[in-house]
Amino acid sequence: VNVLVVGGGPAGLACAIELRRRGFDDVLVLDREAEAGGIPRHSAHQGFGLRDLHRVMPGPRYARRYVELARRAGARVLEEATVTGRSADGALEITTPAGRDVLEAPAVVLATGCRERPRPARLVPGSRPEGVLTTGMLQQLVALEQPVGTRAVVVGAEHVSFSALMTLAHAGAETVAMVTELPRHQTLGLFRAGAALRYRAPLWTRTAVSGVHGHPRVEEVELLDLDSSRTRRVACDTVVFTADWIPDHELAVMAGLELDPGTRGPRVDTGLWASRPGVFAAGNLLQGAEPADVAALSGRHAAASAARWLADRSTWPAPRVSIACEPPLLWISPNAVSPARDEPPRGRFALRSTVFRRSAAIEIHQDGRLLWSGRVARLVPGRSASLPSRWIGAVDTAGGPISVRLAGS
Amino acid sequence: VSSALPERDVVVIGAGVVGAAIARELSRFELRCTLVEAGPDVGAGTSKANTALLHTGFDAKPGTLEARLVRRGHELLAEYAPKAGIPLERTGALLVAWRDEQRAAFPGIVERARENGSAIREVGVEELYRLEPHLGSGAHGALEIPDEGIVCPFTTPLAFATEAVLAGCDLRLRAPVTRIERLAQGGFLLEAGGDTLTTRFLVNAAGLRSDEIDRLLGHDGFTVTPRRGELVVFDKLSRSLVEHIVLAVPTGTTKGVLLAPTVFGNVLLGPTADDVQDKDDTSSTREGLAYLMAEGKRIMPELLGYEVTAVYAGLRAATEHTDYQLTIHAPEGYACVGGIRSTGLSASMAIAEHVRSELGAAGLPLQVKDELPVVRMPNIGEGRPRPYAQPERIAEDADYGRIVCFCERVSRGEIRDALAGPIPPVDLDGLRRRTRVLMGRCQGFYCGAQVSALLSDAASLR
Repeated sequence: VNVLVVGGGPAGLACAIELRRRGFDDVLVLDREAEAGGIPRHSAHQGFGLRDLHRVMPGPRYARRYVELARRAGARVLEEATVTGRSADGALEITTPAGRDVLEAPAVVLATGCRERPRPARLVPGSRPEGVLTTGMLQQLVALEQPVGTRAVVVGAEHVSFSALMTLAHAGAETVAMVTELPRHQTLGLFRAGAALRYRAPLWTRTAVSGVHGHPRVEEVELLDLDSSRTRRVACDTVVFTADWIPDHELAVMAGLELDPGTRGPRVDTGLWASRPGVFAAGNLLQGAEPADVAALSGRHAAASAARWLADRSTWPAPRVSIACEPPLLWISPNAVSPARDEPPRGRFALRSTVFRRSAAIEIHQDGRLLWSGRVARLVPGRSASLPSRWIGAVDTAGGPISVRLAGS
Repeated sequence: VSSALPERDVVVIGAGVVGAAIARELSRFELRCTLVEAGPDVGAGTSKANTALLHTGFDAKPGTLEARLVRRGHELLAEYAPKAGIPLERTGALLVAWRDEQRAAFPGIVERARENGSAIREVGVEELYRLEPHLGSGAHGALEIPDEGIVCPFTTPLAFATEAVLAGCDLRLRAPVTRIERLAQGGFLLEAGGDTLTTRFLVNAAGLRSDEIDRLLGHDGFTVTPRRGELVVFDKLSRSLVEHIVLAVPTGTTKGVLLAPTVFGNVLLGPTADDVQDKDDTSSTREGLAYLMAEGKRIMPELLGYEVTAVYAGLRAATEHTDYQLTIHAPEGYACVGGIRSTGLSASMAIAEHVRSELGAAGLPLQVKDELPVVRMPNIGEGRPRPYAQPERIAEDADYGRIVCFCERVSRGEIRDALAGPIPPVDLDGLRRRTRVLMGRCQGFYCGAQVSALLSDAASLR
């Protein structure tokens, strides 16, 4: 095998297609699900494929299309194949219905995606009833025609939270409220206005879920008003914890990759080269979460780097200078610059913030030297702002860490 | 009914770890035995929500029944577990002093451990940090109790109940006991889940409700006040931080907050100890979680950098007494097994042995069955290979290579086996305790819907 791609979602499949296009024979994609395609398989709404396939389609069709494109391109896509470990020499141990196997390749691309933080990880107290979901589980329940309850509270107000709202409506459940700890929603104004009209779900801002109660199923949630510290109880039988993404980094940790403390995904330089030779990372494993087409383009980007590595395996780009954000900025991706000075995916960095800010002035420093300053149109928590990449030419790749901050903060 | 002889020899009330152990023990004899449980499943109350430690009893009050039974129970379970497929690991424990006055308590603890027959030794600060390099700073020393261990709290009661059922014990779930009467000719009449049962002997292992059952029989020896313990389970990626169980120096009311590896490969932090009124209130609280996280930060700061996988709370059956409330009312044929506070898992097999022997002395005929079932539970622990890592099992049955729950690496074959088992699960929680599905870091994000569908398919077939 020339290249092992772990994860058959948009990033992994796009990576495999690009590697085949560049003439590499043996490209194997491992996917642990019964059907490859990743998260879009269950996202039964429009809006997939604009940036990568240049046409828009619903999630399930987009997922099928990618698997088909990968197979047609000559990549092998092995489903029901779970990587369960990594041996000392770097080989991957896998389990499939055909048995156990150990696979090695000169290049490994990790594209294992991300998941939503479930309730326990958010430390929401109360009882442990059934009916506490994430958007991921909700979408699959509906796809498998399993019951999802009748009165739901949606936690979060990002794009995916509105997607949960649509899924609930489709399943015949009423959304009693959407709640967010932030002062406003984080999706596009148009989505929000449309959702308010169509689904009539009120949005309660500056509101935290401070308890989940009921047995054996959810009966009510306790909501805390963060400004007045008052609590109230709202009857419901379903709670959907949305967004708050975390990269699925178990395999990256097993592979001994350095993680970025901000994204919690592997630290990669602008060519998506990870901290160990021969290992690349792409898609939403790097940062939770970008739209599927952005993840796919990231996979394509990693393929270009992997192709260079396969052509000449004499040097791995090092040393690397890490990029860190100062609060209230949350993370930046990619988060390292190496002497290779590759362009980042789509020619830009993704920047996240914990606060809302219009026309935010950003400064990038290294060792007290200003590398770049400028403005980004808008910072919204949970959504990436684009930062240009032209300053990477000015980085001293033997210097200290790079810091990104809000000017005047 | 009242003039006929009782239909059964013995009824055990409560299918927690203690009741199930007693039912298993009694079902080895030629007896008509019934195990009744108010809840929907075996081991679904206090038995499923605790610290899952296998105690040596080193710190028990010498001379008490608890001290004796925990020590004997440790011995019995350590021998039974590998045979029955119950995950058990002898990790050893380190009881850490964080202040001088805690260290001053060491001689007394060592003395007590010696009296209880438990191995113990003092460990200096340097050695302590060599044994647990990630421990928070400021420890003043520790005691090592090498025989303390961890055990699977889910498989243990299920193994006991499965063995009992296979040996002919009649298991009745969703059968809360609402009435008990004494029969004129000796024995008891019970109403349980709408059925009327008569029995010669009766065992009360009703845990949190053992005082209520005791009162139905006219006794008034103790009152159970549930003591709630909240626990936090950290992501498996944190497992390499902790080698031993890290105990605190006990105070008057609690054993303090401990840190322990679990047999599933996680790290557990807890418990809190709060007396509550409601015997069903297994809710975690904001204050409890904040307290645990603060304690965790002190004991092992690095741990808090990991994701929390699960939060739960359990209720210990505490009473106003310091020892177990285990009384054999020999003439009437009634055994009250109450107040088994927090050592029930460790002592369960010894409690069962003790109850069997006492009931034998009280006239229960004990003739060993010619043939006894051999129970081998599916392994859900990390200490031994699980099906996903066993090529020979996958070769026999491809479903063992078909992983459904990725976080916990549970195969479709294991889920199918559990759904078709002798005591099948009735809900997701029951399936979780039998296989580990949904126990992992994603909490169902990936496989929750598929697992729900498998469970409802199995239910519709039944």
